[in-house]
Amino acid sequence: MSAVDPNWEVVIGLEIHAQLATKSKIFSGASTAYGAEPNTQTSVVDIALPGVLPVLNKEAVHMAVKFGMAIDAEVADRSVFARKNYFYPDLPKGYQISQFDLPIVGMGHINIELENGETKTIGVTRAHLEEDAGKSLHEDYAGMTGIDLNRAGTPLLEIVSEPDMRSAREAVAYMKKIHTLVQYIGICDGNMQEGSFRCDANVSVRPKGQKEFGTRAELKNINSFRFVERAINIEVERQIDLIEDGGEVVQETRLYDSVKNETRSMRSKEEANDYRYFPDPDLLPVIITEEYRQQVRAELPELPEQKQQRYMDELGLSAYDAGVITSSIGLSSYFDTVNEKTGDAKLSANWITGEFSARLNREEIEIENARVDADALALLLLRIKDNTISGKIAKDVLDAMWNGEGSADEVIESKGLKQITDTGAIEAFVDEVIANNPSQFEELKGGKDKMMGFFVGQVMKMSKGKANPAQVNELIRSKMK
Amino acid sequence: MSNYHTKTVTELSAMLQAGKVSSVELTRYFLDRIKSSDDKLNSFITVCEEDALAQAKESDEKLKAGNAPALTGVPIAHKDIFCTEGIKTSCASKMLDNFISPYDATVVTNMRNAGVVMLGKTNMDEFAMGSSNETSYYGAVKNPWNLNAVPGGSSGGSAAAVSARLAPAATGTDTGGSIRQPAAFCGITGLKPTYGRVSRFGMIAFASSLDQAGPMGQSASDCALLLNAMAGFDEKDSTSIEKEVPDYSADLDKPLDGLRIGLPKEYFAHTEGGMNADVEAAIKTALDEYKAMGAELVDIELPNSGISVPVYYVVAPAECSANLSRFDGVRYGYRCEDPKDLNDLYTRSRGEGFGPEVQRRIMVGTYALSSGYYDAYYLKAQQLRHLISDDFKKAYEKVDVIMAPATPETAFNIGEKTDDPISMYLSDIYTIAVNLAGIPAMSIPVGFADGMPVGMQIMGNYFEEAKLLNVAHKYQQATDWHTQLPEEFK
Repeated sequence: MSAVDPNWEVVIGLEIHAQLATKSKIFSGASTAYGAEPNTQTSVVDIALPGVLPVLNKEAVHMAVKFGMAIDAEVADRSVFARKNYFYPDLPKGYQISQFDLPIVGMGHINIELENGETKTIGVTRAHLEEDAGKSLHEDYAGMTGIDLNRAGTPLLEIVSEPDMRSAREAVAYMKKIHTLVQYIGICDGNMQEGSFRCDANVSVRPKGQKEFGTRAELKNINSFRFVERAINIEVERQIDLIEDGGEVVQETRLYDSVKNETRSMRSKEEANDYRYFPDPDLLPVIITEEYRQQVRAELPELPEQKQQRYMDELGLSAYDAGVITSSIGLSSYFDTVNEKTGDAKLSANWITGEFSARLNREEIEIENARVDADALALLLLRIKDNTISGKIAKDVLDAMWNGEGSADEVIESKGLKQITDTGAIEAFVDEVIANNPSQFEELKGGKDKMMGFFVGQVMKMSKGKANPAQVNELIRSKMK
Repeated sequence: MSNYHTKTVTELSAMLQAGKVSSVELTRYFLDRIKSSDDKLNSFITVCEEDALAQAKESDEKLKAGNAPALTGVPIAHKDIFCTEGIKTSCASKMLDNFISPYDATVVTNMRNAGVVMLGKTNMDEFAMGSSNETSYYGAVKNPWNLNAVPGGSSGGSAAAVSARLAPAATGTDTGGSIRQPAAFCGITGLKPTYGRVSRFGMIAFASSLDQAGPMGQSASDCALLLNAMAGFDEKDSTSIEKEVPDYSADLDKPLDGLRIGLPKEYFAHTEGGMNADVEAAIKTALDEYKAMGAELVDIELPNSGISVPVYYVVAPAECSANLSRFDGVRYGYRCEDPKDLNDLYTRSRGEGFGPEVQRRIMVGTYALSSGYYDAYYLKAQQLRHLISDDFKKAYEKVDVIMAPATPETAFNIGEKTDDPISMYLSDIYTIAVNLAGIPAMSIPVGFADGMPVGMQIMGNYFEEAKLLNVAHKYQQATDWHTQLPEEFK
């Protein structure tokens, strides 16, 4: 990652589109399920036949209010749907129903952790409800374009941040925080491959100390955390180079090309559409009462920060471990299961944030696709606790389990990894090592404690790692007397 | 030879229920009338002979079985703005000339459930944009009272068909006068209900905040029967109102003693573009009739009437500019030949598929919503709408109904105003405020001027359709203007 020139300050704001996890679409009864045959999940409303009318899905409103409550935002008493007019073949009505000057969720905020351990508050300007468009399929149709309207009308919550972020890292931290939050409160599945969670980044630079913002470019539709970071960094570099070479940043929409790792212009401000927003006369204003707000507030589950604090207070986890585990609802529920089965929060946390996460990262897979489930990992940890295997051997067992070679017990059994706890057998190893290394043993007895490690190591080697290290230690010490 | 065409829906319904005529016989009778006479009028776009006869047969079985709803077996026509499953629904546009709707509008479903037989789909101004029925892709409709005159619009086909008794009754829609103005021009009775009283689902949108469907018939009593079937809350239309539907036939005969009738001075002013003297004379006579029935005439003011036409011609085009964006040549409807690229597909499909009046309104509306103009036009117009509504609310504190001419003059000649959109727009000067406020209003025939029918408008407070129908019905009990037939269609 390129370090930003210290003479420049980066300013970033994000617009995140979270697809709401409703069963049906925001204005029709058609299913929102992903991956069906093209145009099989469309009603007369979704394909915008003449005469059809939208009817608001109450569950989408419920979810938006939930989000508002979770970020401590003002949830509007009255919000209004507006038509955003533009022509595109996958936009069946020729306008998108969105919210414009009266969004359902007003100013709120969320905290992110900086690399130096400090907490920074990022403002959330607003969040509004809108419908997604369909998809244009440019391949497979020999010079023609196919239109799939299955996604048309899927409910989205567009979450707009203040321009509060000052680096790509902060932007990613914010995006991850929102990603975690929407899954915690059950309003979005967070699936980035399927486009359920995606973002646009508004990026500008200004000389350090300058008050006014620089001209911004909007980077469109970035669908992974890694790409957000790379796209922002490459765009920042481009803007600084441009200004330093005497040029000017123009306000425009740019597309990030992850293959070439560059951003390129899609359309300038002059070419930008005039969306001609106006209130949709087919829909009534959304009225939210104080009673409803309180009811939704009461149903909010434990939020990530609350859970992190609880893990620290009640389970004695470190702030770091608790933070990592609660950063994903999948990871924390995985942890909860392992912890419950092992009764050892610290051991569970160590393994989950360490060995287990390392394997997920190595294969770039999500917790939901982990090859060892929580029950299986708990059994492995129990075998450490009951001294069947050592922690070191357990790593090998986890590898085998990861490769589908069976449960912890099956692997331990089939590979003969069971720890040797028979004092007689271990004593034989100890005696042999001492006999082979008489001078070193004298040194140990003479007070050179460092040699202890050498002897334990030799015994472990001889036992192929299976001797119980605590017993080995004890036996060596007894021989020194 | 029977003369079913001289019978009202109320009478036909009674005859069907009593077994004096079968629905098949009635339906065939009106299909024959359409066949023999509609080439003079061009009031139908589609005639559904086979379907109508099949529905009639079914109706007869239901009638035989007993307990069939009041309208069972009565043939009617639907304006071609209502989607009808399996039947062409064109909105009188080349854009939808090839469109067969896969679903029924709620109005169509409600009417079907009430037992009516659909004879066909009536002609109209393209996408309901027009006041003369001359903007139809399928050609102008003629006024049965004078075949050189327009029937009014946009529900001109429905008005002409009922006036010539090619159908005992029809449905219409009214955005700025599109039921009342053609009803007045053709000498029939038409009712625009309160906004939200009748579902808009399946009714092809022109201006969503103004559009409202309603009945067009020979009498107030017929309109009451039809409205009983049409009205009601519909969960598919978020702007329809969850309010119980009264029996609109129940209070038709209530005496009018003490009825306070408001006469807005702005509607009776002798200004340019205002009411002509013959129309005024007919209205005055009708008002005398009401006085004789015990009503009291009260002079009132609707001070913001003057702004209704300009307000309307911002709001309606703005909404239509977005409503008609879905007609893009992509999924259904007209598509141009061999588009070069996407832009060409859009511009040519829309340029070739829409007629000039529709294009004019889309452009006006697009302009009014454009960045930099929105506040000055659309927002301002919406604010002014409130002033217009407030005028009516204040008036109804003093009076029960308001009466005024429905149109400043009787039906004009075909071609007379086609080159002058502004003068065409002014023919709706008395009807537009009602839509902007959302109140119900009717037009009833009250006489003739130079041989052409004169319509009087009766406006009511929100949801007081029953009162309007009662007021109209009492007048029709005392007079026979509504029973008169054009010479050629007797």
